[in-house]
Formats: sequence, C-alpha cells, structure tokens
Amino acid sequence: MSRTDVLVDADWVQAHLDDPKVVVVEVDEDTAAYDKNHIRNAVRIDWQKDLQDPVRRDFIDQAGFEALLSAKGIANDNTVVLYGGNNNWFASYAYWYFKLYGHGDVRLLDGGRKKWELDSRELVVEQPERAATQYTAQPADSSIRAFRDDVLNAIGTLNLVDVRSPDEFSGKLLAPAHLPQEQSQRPGHVPTAKNIPWAKNANDDGTLKSDDELKALYEAEGVDLATDTIAYCRIGERSALTWFVLHELLGQENVKNYDGSWTEYGSLVGVPIELGN
Amino acid sequence: MCGAKAGGPDLAGVDVANETIIQGSVTRNEEPVNGYVRLLDENGEFTAEVPTSATGQFRFFARPGKWTLRALVPGATVDRQVVATQGEFTEVAIAV
Repeated sequence: MSRTDVLVDADWVQAHLDDPKVVVVEVDEDTAAYDKNHIRNAVRIDWQKDLQDPVRRDFIDQAGFEALLSAKGIANDNTVVLYGGNNNWFASYAYWYFKLYGHGDVRLLDGGRKKWELDSRELVVEQPERAATQYTAQPADSSIRAFRDDVLNAIGTLNLVDVRSPDEFSGKLLAPAHLPQEQSQRPGHVPTAKNIPWAKNANDDGTLKSDDELKALYEAEGVDLATDTIAYCRIGERSALTWFVLHELLGQENVKNYDGSWTEYGSLVGVPIELGN
Repeated sequence: MCGAKAGGPDLAGVDVANETIIQGSVTRNEEPVNGYVRLLDENGEFTAEVPTSATGQFRFFARPGKWTLRALVPGATVDRQVVATQGEFTEVAIAV
C-alpha cells in the first residue's frame, strides 16, 4: 500500500471535487463547523450523533453503519476522503470506523480543514444532495480495536502508546487544555506506556510528517515496530490518528486503537496507574 | 463581519476560580482573523489548539506556568510567551 492510497493532499481533493466516484466527508469535533462552511460537495458525519450508540457507550453496529452510509449517499465502490478540524482527530476516528466495517477505498485529506483554510481554498455553505444508496458493510474487524482487558494484558508485554499531551500523561491535566477539566476519575497513565503525543506526527499546518520522519520518531521513542501495539488517548480520537500513522502509513501489522481510552481506564476500580513522566 | 472583541469567548457556566485560563484574540489591521492558536508548553511541546471564533477570540484551560501561544493564519505565524496563574485570566492580544 502506498501513502497516496490512504492519504491525499489538498490539490488532489481540489481536482476531484466533481468526481462522482469520490465522496468528501467532513467529521469535526465541533459538529457545527460544517454548518458554517465546508469543502464544496462535502457531506457531514457527526461523530456523536451518527457514530455512537445512543444508549450504551459503544459504536453503532454493522446495520447502523450500513444505514448511515446509505443515507449519506455513499456507495461501496466510492472513494471516501475524510477531513475535519483539530488536525483530523475525528476524521481519523471516522477513517478507523470505515476500516473497521471494511470500506474498500477510504483516505484522509492531509492536513484536514486547517490546511485547507490556511491555503485560503474555497469553502461553501451549500449542502450537496446525494441520492441514497444500499450500502453493505462487513462485520466489525476486531483486530484493530482494543478493549480494557487487552490493555491490562499488554502492560509490560506489548507497546502501549499514550498519545495525549505530556501534562495529561503525567497526571497534571485530565483533558486537553482547550476543554474544561473533567473526564476520568483519576489522572495518570497505564504503566509501561510511552508518551508519544499525537502532535509529534504532524507539522504545524496539520499535514503528517514523511514516512521516514515518522519511523524515526517511533524508533527514537523506543517503540519496537515489530511488536504489537495499542494506542490510546482520552476517548480514542487522537489515538485513531496514531493508529493511522502506525498501521496505514508505516504498515505495522498488529495495531489496535483503544477507544475506551483514558475516560474508561482512569475510572476503572483496582487497575494500576502511574503518575509523572 | 463584526469587529474584533477583546478577551476570550463567553465564560458562562465555567468555574473560573479553579481554572487557569489563557484567552485573547487574533487580529490583522484591528479586524478579527480566522485561523488557529496553538498552546505549547515550556519545552515547546504541543499541548492544544483551537480555531479562532468569528470575532477572532480563543481560550485555553491550562495549568499555571509558562506557555507559548502560536497563532497560525493564512500567510503568517506569530508566537507569544505568557505566564498563566490559576484563578486569573491571562489576556493576550495577538496582531498578525
């Protein structure tokens, strides 16, 4: 798999805005951002309303994913290009969903909404109308998703990569610094986890670093790329970006994203936690 | 476009006494600019990033200490150093 099979630049997207086989999808942490403006012909997926089970803390299931993509007018043979704010945190999270449910051709817009805006490229208010499809999803691929017991069993044996900021890792903060300080019951990190903040993967403009730079980053931090890896953050969106880097760009075979992440682990009774660096 | 507002967005519902708030606005020729503000810790490590509001405002809930704010707007990048204190507003006006 080459880098362009999973990651496209803004020029590529610009050239395919009217390509009927390409569907551009915006997924933002700020779910109202799309209403303000978006890339022309892009549809929206709301990570809270569309991708989460409305009652339990879990994903939508296979049937729910089929219904969602059918309603959005996305077909199985479409090339889906995901982008969003916050350096593609939630676009990466959605990318991971698309892979989990077996979509054939899904890619990220390198740099996401920020790069598009900093380039002063066109953004519009008009929303496209796409005819509904009959989308068929695959059963969820559990090989790329970690649960809490996977994390506990990985302590001291597998690579655990905590992609939160250094202050969240050390326990000084419970959440990113632009959000109010609430979330898990306890601060800290999973013992033996290495703190490699997601931002180290990206340049200031949100584009991802080269494959060589990324490989050097993880090797310098002591991550053996031949060993299985679990990435986590607070709710699994930033770690989806690291999952994308390790699994999709660097080709590491067994990488799981722990979407329960610190909001689950830091609220469990009796599990080991470390504080500090 | 309405003009730039001083300070950060509305703080209704936030327990200000327990927060360490860094906020302000980004302007160009005294008009608000749509862009992004990054918060870097004292080692220069990325900590957070927010888009500016329609009125050019931004806000971070941080911790006490030294920080760098990096404003990214089309065609310009500007850094500002600040020291934040719990229970106080650290106000930063960034002209690009």
